[in-house]
Amino acid sequence: MNSTGTDIADEEYTGRDYRKVTPYLFIAPAIFVMVAGLAYPVVQSMYLSFYDWKIGTPLDTAESVGWANYARLFSDPDVWESLWVTVRFGFWTISIEMVLGISLALLLEKPIRGASIFRTISILPLMVSPVVVGLIWRYLFDARVGWINFYLDAWFGIGPQVWLGDAELAFFAIVLTDIWQWTPFIFIIVIAGLQALPSEVLEASTIDGANWWQQVFFVKLPMISSILVIALLMRLIDVFRALEVMYIMTGGGPGRATELISLHIYNRAFDAQLLGYASAIAVLLIALVFILSSAILMIGNPMKDKADV
Amino acid sequence: MSDGLQSPWRIMGHYLCLLVLATLCLLPIWVMITTSFKDEITIFDGKPIWLMFAPTLDNYSYIMGRGKFDRYLTNSVIVASVSTFLTLFLGGLCAYALARAEFRGRRFVANATLLIRMVPPAVLAVPAFAMVIFFNISNDLMVLIFFYTALNLPFAIWLLFGFYKQIPVELEEAAIVDDASALQVFFRVLLPLMKSGYAVAGIFTFRIAWNEFILALLLTGRNSRTLPVAASGFLTDTGVEWGRIMAMGTLIVIPPLLFTFFAARQIISGMTAGAVKG
Repeated sequence: MNSTGTDIADEEYTGRDYRKVTPYLFIAPAIFVMVAGLAYPVVQSMYLSFYDWKIGTPLDTAESVGWANYARLFSDPDVWESLWVTVRFGFWTISIEMVLGISLALLLEKPIRGASIFRTISILPLMVSPVVVGLIWRYLFDARVGWINFYLDAWFGIGPQVWLGDAELAFFAIVLTDIWQWTPFIFIIVIAGLQALPSEVLEASTIDGANWWQQVFFVKLPMISSILVIALLMRLIDVFRALEVMYIMTGGGPGRATELISLHIYNRAFDAQLLGYASAIAVLLIALVFILSSAILMIGNPMKDKADV
Repeated sequence: MSDGLQSPWRIMGHYLCLLVLATLCLLPIWVMITTSFKDEITIFDGKPIWLMFAPTLDNYSYIMGRGKFDRYLTNSVIVASVSTFLTLFLGGLCAYALARAEFRGRRFVANATLLIRMVPPAVLAVPAFAMVIFFNISNDLMVLIFFYTALNLPFAIWLLFGFYKQIPVELEEAAIVDDASALQVFFRVLLPLMKSGYAVAGIFTFRIAWNEFILALLLTGRNSRTLPVAASGFLTDTGVEWGRIMAMGTLIVIPPLLFTFFAARQIISGMTAGAVKG
């Protein structure tokens, strides 16, 4: 810190030493908690992935199995199916959310009286607990008393569907739920980006005779492209982290139709009780998320940028 | 839109879009709240009723009268508020040092913090479980508080870092000239200016701790459950009791809804902080 060393500490340290140690004292407690609560579990996962550990048995009796868990992982169709579900889920949710969110933001970016109330309402889905989101949509999709079946029948004459009991329909249901919850995120971020654009550039393009579409595709979207990429990567990482909504709505089923990779790890660990094997899959997940996170850091580390200003 | 043309039709279209968007966002939440006030017969009739039903408090009196509700509510409040306090306190100190001091390893700490933020909760599940067994920890709430603090610290540090950067260094230098110590500068000069920063970080931290489900499900026992875990418990009871589930959901959603209506602008600024450089 910027201490001048005029206090009592001066008698023990020289002013220079004092300044050197203080920052470390400030960061140490937070670093300790993050290392113990986040970094250590990652290392622990790597360690456990070489053991065959079952729930109910002490960890020290777990048998070391070398690379067996990894060998099994790469030939396990269930793991690849769950990864494939994750990728398909990410593709549909993120592309639809991006298109919807960007379109809405472009349509509604202009400040208008009362817009802030609508913006407040639009972040509500993001604030609702994932468990509650799962419960609400499980009710709406319920085969017997769900509202969706009722209106499909009343408006389109479509008979009752067992939404969460059919592989295709259940997948559709979790995609729709995710779109409801996360489109506002893209919307909010893109609107913030659009409103931060320098007005001179937009005026210049108007004077040059660009119409609305040209302005969107040749000026606005290119200028917020780094924001769009970061939003996309953040959503992608979220897809690899997601499990609570599916846990509540379907538990991953029917079969593995809605079992995203995070939920797969959880089910393998605590349903199938294969803690060591689940850890090996967790290591695979960590690697994937690490790659995506590094991409975000390379595009723009907000701490680095601001620090260099 | 680019030529500033503001025909009444265009404005009406604008409002219509906003209205549709708001309706879609609110609809499921509306369904939950109304269903929580319906009796079982109305719900199981299967015919959606938007407004005109005879409201009942049966669902609420049932879930609150089940003995343990007070306990679960208390657990949720303790876990969320203590972990929020710890996150803000430890994260604030760390962000301050990162924003102000030059020291060896500063850049590494900043980058590592951002990377570790992305660790999926599912990855924490098995090691957390192993940790509890290994240390034979009996106070489950402390374990939850610890993990929620760890999960929230990276984002809190990141947000607070941005807020500290906005405060001019000259203010601190003036205080130092007046012989203030580092801690005095922090508490007397900076904290008052950081109110809104801490409010944003606090809302995000509290919300995540309040809403978290999967670690709570795994690490809590009969007496230490939090509200989301208790809510999920209604799913496996004999038959699905939608009225009671929705009442539980409504109660869980109250604090986040209050935050949204009283601090929407701060929440939006927190959400966009990651992608849009301020």
